[in-house]
Amino acid sequence: MSSKTVKQLDRVVIRFAGDSGDGMQLTGDRFTSETATLGNDLSTLPNFPAEIRAPQGTLPGVSSFQLHFADHDVMTPGDAPDVLVAMNPAALKANLRDLPRGAVVIVDTDEFTKRNLAKVGYDSNPLEDGSLDSWHLHDVPLTSITVEALSEFTGLTRKEKERAKNMFALGLLSWLYNRPTDGTEAFLERKFGAKPEILAANLAALRAGWNYGETTEGFAVSYEVAPAAMPKGTYRNVTGNTALAYGMVAAAHRAGLPLVLGSYPITPASDILHTLSGLKRFGVTTIQAEDEIAGVGIALGASFGGAIGLTTTSGPGLALKAETIGLAVSLELPLVVVDVQRGGPSTGLPTKTEQSDLLQAMFGRNGESPVAVLAPRSPVDCFATAVEAVRIATTYRTPVIVLSDGYLANGSEPWQVPTTGELPDLTVEFATAPNATDEKGNPVFHAFQRDEATLARPWAVPGTPGLEHRIGGIEKADVTGNISYDPDNHDRMVRLRAAKIAGIADTIAPLAVDDPSGQAEVLVLGWGSTYGPIAAAVRAVRNTGARVATAHLRHLNPFPANTGEVLRSYRRVIVPEMNTGQLAMLLRARFLVDVRSHTAVRGLPFTTVELADVLVRALEDLS
Amino acid sequence: MNVIDLGMPTSGIASVPHLPQDAPAQTKRDFTSDQEVRWCPGCGDYIILAAVQSFLPELGLRKENIVFVSGIGCSSRFPYYLDTYGMHSIHGRAPAIATGLAASREDLSVWVVTGDGDALSIGGNHLIHALRRNVNLTILLFNNRIYGLTKGQYSPTSEEGKITKSSPLGSVDHPFNPVSLALGAEGTFVARTMDSDRKHLIEILRAAAAHRGTALVEIYQNCPIFNDGAFDLIKDREQQEARLVHLEPGQPVRVGAEDDRQTLVRDDTGDLVWVPEARARPDRVVIHDPYADDPAQAFALSRIEGPSLTHVPMGIFRSVEHTTYDDGVRAQVRAAQDAAGGPATDADLDALLLGRDTWTVG
Ligand code: SF4
Repeated sequence: MSSKTVKQLDRVVIRFAGDSGDGMQLTGDRFTSETATLGNDLSTLPNFPAEIRAPQGTLPGVSSFQLHFADHDVMTPGDAPDVLVAMNPAALKANLRDLPRGAVVIVDTDEFTKRNLAKVGYDSNPLEDGSLDSWHLHDVPLTSITVEALSEFTGLTRKEKERAKNMFALGLLSWLYNRPTDGTEAFLERKFGAKPEILAANLAALRAGWNYGETTEGFAVSYEVAPAAMPKGTYRNVTGNTALAYGMVAAAHRAGLPLVLGSYPITPASDILHTLSGLKRFGVTTIQAEDEIAGVGIALGASFGGAIGLTTTSGPGLALKAETIGLAVSLELPLVVVDVQRGGPSTGLPTKTEQSDLLQAMFGRNGESPVAVLAPRSPVDCFATAVEAVRIATTYRTPVIVLSDGYLANGSEPWQVPTTGELPDLTVEFATAPNATDEKGNPVFHAFQRDEATLARPWAVPGTPGLEHRIGGIEKADVTGNISYDPDNHDRMVRLRAAKIAGIADTIAPLAVDDPSGQAEVLVLGWGSTYGPIAAAVRAVRNTGARVATAHLRHLNPFPANTGEVLRSYRRVIVPEMNTGQLAMLLRARFLVDVRSHTAVRGLPFTTVELADVLVRALEDLS
Repeated sequence: MNVIDLGMPTSGIASVPHLPQDAPAQTKRDFTSDQEVRWCPGCGDYIILAAVQSFLPELGLRKENIVFVSGIGCSSRFPYYLDTYGMHSIHGRAPAIATGLAASREDLSVWVVTGDGDALSIGGNHLIHALRRNVNLTILLFNNRIYGLTKGQYSPTSEEGKITKSSPLGSVDHPFNPVSLALGAEGTFVARTMDSDRKHLIEILRAAAAHRGTALVEIYQNCPIFNDGAFDLIKDREQQEARLVHLEPGQPVRVGAEDDRQTLVRDDTGDLVWVPEARARPDRVVIHDPYADDPAQAFALSRIEGPSLTHVPMGIFRSVEHTTYDDGVRAQVRAAQDAAGGPATDADLDALLLGRDTWTVG
């Protein structure tokens, strides 16, 4: 342990920034793991360019990873970093504007060459011209010290040695915040086990970084952040995409059915495909389809055969799947469609987050074709939302669209891991026998004879003798399911399908309002990934003594039964969304309540400060 | 590529439950649903339906394990009329839906019924990828060279210059040859037959059902309403003989009546040309080999067809055994489960959720 002064902090926000080739995501990931193991609560926000390797050293090529950790519960990845690690001038320039005065800046001075400075439009070197005077600058020749520290590794080229500089930076930060590095060492052993020299070099760089902090006078103080008080249990860190994949596997396991994923690669959803394709041991079949339409077609075909059919995509893919989702509405078969939303329209901002597919999920199909729509609120909540999606899909024989987003998908936080036994029983009953008789008294199967409670039709899978039947996208006669063009029947079927989806509200929890005083006049209502920023803003405003109520929707179609009542019991309802007001439009249309939108589509989550400001203004308005 | 023996089933219906030996034999009636058939009078689809209904009992399968999936178009109404499981899906997507079903249900015999517009236009991508993957499906492609259900626009198999409602000055589209397309996508079973030749049709269905992998059967089908007589030249008894080329495995490829028979030979440049039978040099005669792994000759045979049905090969162009996609997918799942000691238990799921880096509070 260091002989230097150790200071206690209650929270820290660190941002690692570098060229997309510098390994900043990995560095951030490892620092997060170390932090999680220490028992801090945390939240992360990776931010990377759409290009795999934009030209080196340029602003578009900057990739960053932000981590907020604390000794108390953390709601967001943090508005502004306390510490910026900038591996080159581009990383400094792209991130400095987010950095409050007085924050710590650690830079790799080796990269501040004339050429690199010119690439990003610096006329003079900011490390020397005094422009960083308001920040606490640590200028460290990271690259050259790393290379120097690896001088014994004669089998490695200079380039290979340089590539270990992210481990040097990680070692330094690990020292600075007293993080244990054994998890990272084990990780490196797994990753580079087959390349002993590279492994040894990375370990050496990690250690050199740690030692540099301990011995260099520039770093006089190191910091500790005590563990957060979290409920008892076993924890791990998890990203939204992983939690979602695991939720689907767990739900299929609890349903006792195979999971079949049909998917076409698309950012930021592909990690779900990657994760599930490694889980064949859990009876998971993954089919990388020829296109988005085939992805959902494969899932629907599997559902027809009695599996849990799943397709995963992002906004553009959801558009392509629309017709098949409409078919699933008409066939009344279970289907789970995951849309990891990103900036749109069109290709939009593929690696940035947005919540702009809500109306597409609700209405983006021909005809009256209601589906259930859910949205997870946090990376961890992706797990429970996936389980809920399977429950609704199988119980109501309907497509369910899950609206995750780029922020949830790649962001991570600690997860109190549930055991299988704690998950709901999702056992499905297939139809096994005829459910009616024909005019001659012979037993027959009516494919659209509905369950009285749920209005769901029987799920009769091929291979069941006596239940041979045909289903299709043409309108079906109520009860028998035979083709019908009868006008009254069509009207009835449209309303029955709508009533079935509306009836899901009977089995979901009422919208819970957090209003400690019970006297708030302002309600802030969110959905999806805005949960963290809203909660943080509400906390900040309450700390000033103001009263604000908050509620968060997981079920967007149907809404919880008490939603209208909740909206009407507040003088002012604020709905923050990362779109231009899609939920607000639904709420106004549905409940005739004059909700107020606060919207932004910058590809990034809301900041706490921004939302707190919105709440304060709303409070002032009413006073 | 050679056939690799992975111990996988080799018949298309090997893993589908069969009727018990002592069960009463099925009849055409068992496969006839109670739905009224609604194609136009005289439509070729009727003959194909009757042939399929009378052929299915021959397979001896439990009928609940047979599924017909179709897209959109006149032919895609087919599943409604068969008393098996069926899905009338959306335009062009049947091969994708059937892929999901076939991959997840080894015990089903999965059939796709499609048309020239459904399979080759809006659903072209799914068709070539089903063929490429070699999913265990039997695809019946009814080719009437016109859009029937939408009332008579040219299709991707309509001949150039065709005058239709949407091409009043004649179509400038180049048509697809479905057999060439399927062979280009490396289809492992590709055949052509015709609605009016019931015996041949059933023979081809038999071979297609027995094939493990994607079997593509192009069926020339007459649409008396919008493209009547499209195949008259090869249906007419007198003309037929000079135009129909019956592909027989191991036999020379020939056309014409006995007194005027032409034989297909390779010329000096390797091209396939017709010569009078008597002039055909034995070492140049093309011997049809549907079992050849290289699809090149089968493809060349698919190209001997002239623009106006001058020489139309009928029969099986290609029939080779390759590993199938669905068998491969299932084998990976099974291997993963076997390696881990069987299907996942609750404890396995607990371990997955926990992962490697955990910490405990309290
Ligand atoms: S339009 Fe043509 S193909 Fe369609 S049912 Fe009528 S005759 Fe048959």
